[in-house]
Amino acid sequence: MNHEGDGRPVDTSKRKFLIAATSAVGGVAAAGVAVPLVMSMMPSERAKAAGAPVEVDIGKIEPGAMLTVEWRGKPVWIVNRTKEMLDKLATIDGLLADPKSEQPQQPEYCKNVHRSIKPEYLVAVGICTHLGCSPTEKLKLGGESGLGDDWPGGFFCPCHGSKFDLAARVFSGVPAPINMLVPPHQYLSDAKLLIGVDAKGA
Amino acid sequence: MSALQKLMGWVDDRFPLTSTYKAHLSEYYAPKNFNFWYFFGSLALLVLVLQIVTGIFLTMNYKPDAELAFASVEYIMRDVEWGWLIRYMHSTGASMFFVVVYLHMFRGLMYGSYRKPRELIWIFGVCIYLALMAEAFLGYLLPWGQMSYWGAQVIVNLFAAVPFIGEDLSIWIRGDYVIGDATLNRFFAFHVIALPLVLLGLVVVHLVALHEVGSNNPDGVEIKKHKDPVTHIPLDGIPFHPYYTVKDIVGVIVFLMVFSAIMFFAPEMGGYFLEAANFVPADPLKTPEHIAPLWYFTPFYAILRAVPPLFGSQFPGVIAMGMSIVLMFFLPWLDRSKVKSIRYRGSVYKWFLTVFVVAFVGLGYLGLLPATPMFTWIARILSVAYFAFFIIMPWFTNGDRKPRLAAFQKIFLTIIALSAIGIVWLSGAEEIAKNLNDKFGAETSNSLLNAMFTVFVLCFVLMPMYLASDKTKPEPERVTG
Repeated sequence: MNHEGDGRPVDTSKRKFLIAATSAVGGVAAAGVAVPLVMSMMPSERAKAAGAPVEVDIGKIEPGAMLTVEWRGKPVWIVNRTKEMLDKLATIDGLLADPKSEQPQQPEYCKNVHRSIKPEYLVAVGICTHLGCSPTEKLKLGGESGLGDDWPGGFFCPCHGSKFDLAARVFSGVPAPINMLVPPHQYLSDAKLLIGVDAKGA
Repeated sequence: MSALQKLMGWVDDRFPLTSTYKAHLSEYYAPKNFNFWYFFGSLALLVLVLQIVTGIFLTMNYKPDAELAFASVEYIMRDVEWGWLIRYMHSTGASMFFVVVYLHMFRGLMYGSYRKPRELIWIFGVCIYLALMAEAFLGYLLPWGQMSYWGAQVIVNLFAAVPFIGEDLSIWIRGDYVIGDATLNRFFAFHVIALPLVLLGLVVVHLVALHEVGSNNPDGVEIKKHKDPVTHIPLDGIPFHPYYTVKDIVGVIVFLMVFSAIMFFAPEMGGYFLEAANFVPADPLKTPEHIAPLWYFTPFYAILRAVPPLFGSQFPGVIAMGMSIVLMFFLPWLDRSKVKSIRYRGSVYKWFLTVFVVAFVGLGYLGLLPATPMFTWIARILSVAYFAFFIIMPWFTNGDRKPRLAAFQKIFLTIIALSAIGIVWLSGAEEIAKNLNDKFGAETSNSLLNAMFTVFVLCFVLMPMYLASDKTKPEPERVTG
């Protein structure tokens, strides 16, 4: 038992309680002050508002060519696939990790073999599902792409070597785990595409 | 009493100036047998000061704004008086910081400077290393070139691989859905205020802990064990000042010669210190053809790439990369050897250290290259060797062990060598792999590679059962020479 200068015993249990209570209240206050600091690092209202849909004129994309537009700061690819390219899509299931698009990487209306609304036009966010690089277009079939004679056309990520086919489906055995994202989109007319909202308005 | 002595007396009555000077310099006794490897601690301090000073002057002209950043760096390079020199000092300093720190850490490994009673010095040191990596990563975004942008994109996306909270975590770090102005601005704040403060604090505790227990030395001898009975000064110790201050000045001069040669003649160091793609402004729509991090991150980057995605997730690779650094914290307790210094260790330890250095340098080299199948397999082999150094350390440093399968050691080591050679050969021989697949089915060469790798890893797992224990020599009582 501790004694004060005047010889009276010190009530240590009361002291301990007061120390613990002060520490706890102080800790709560510190956590409270931390909240605004931490939350200030989340996207600002302005950044949130910047995600507006983008309208694109696709009439000028020649068959076998591709157009890149920006939506929410990300590249969105629009590929006008030829008949030969589309025919190839159904024949390469063995090379792919998710040929049936089971992972929710596309809107319901694009869960088909060509992963699109109109078969020829692929609309996909050009960001690799591995670590966010933008893959390089290797649209040409076969040896011309530099990826071997049996290359079915698609995209090659220069960062870590992931490969995707012309429906932006991922190959198996590459670093990227899932297919690339097909954003919500709709056709306003034959040649006008709106990226960011679908017909339901989602 | 002279006026100066009077002034010192006046100060000493109010602030421990003379006593601090004595405790840390003129009467801080360091072992008398320091060698070449003991230059790098003081050199690291020099580079830290250099980075802080040049950094202050860079911020006077730099603009942390996605629209202006790239141009403001070019403005510093072209229009600001001596701006090119200050900028190249800062960028060369960043790489030289890692050169010096890696050599400093290797010194610690060789002479067991992390062992009892210096565990905390080592732990603070690893913290400094982590803070330094963060500082370098944040700083590399600021010029807002293509490599800045896509490098940050890749690293921030590592956090997105964390299960459940990953997506929100990466948005919180970026402050936007993509790397953008918000990201650049906060990286600037962390780079110039937060992390320099953390670094300075850590350097102080690193040195305070060092001066509390005293320096290790190439013999691993505790000099405080043998003190002069009258003066209580360690018999093998010499005062840090003037002996080691003068020695370190020699190191500083040689270092500054190398530093200036790089800064004036090869500030980009052929793309290793400043990458070519970073002289192109950041373009969020186009990734450069080949992206690699700066050389000091590449060993860990190679480990990240070596791990394939499991269960549709990137996370295992991220974990492996994190573990490759976290394991360093445990080094003081993984090492069970009777001696500290490599001078008195046996051949098993020396082999392991050699393999570790080869693995680290090899991974660093692979991290710079594109990931072909053969390079990926080599990175896997080297990653196993890297981790084995830490994980098997409690066994291979323990001299009292009697391994049950010791008789088979040569056989196991041969299997390790053969499987490694087999993996590299088969993963590189496209023709042979193609023939195998044509003959025995599509996945044959892959299954064969996986089988060989399993054998390779298994031989490492079994290592504690067959590896001979390290035969150490007794440490001397006093330092040798």
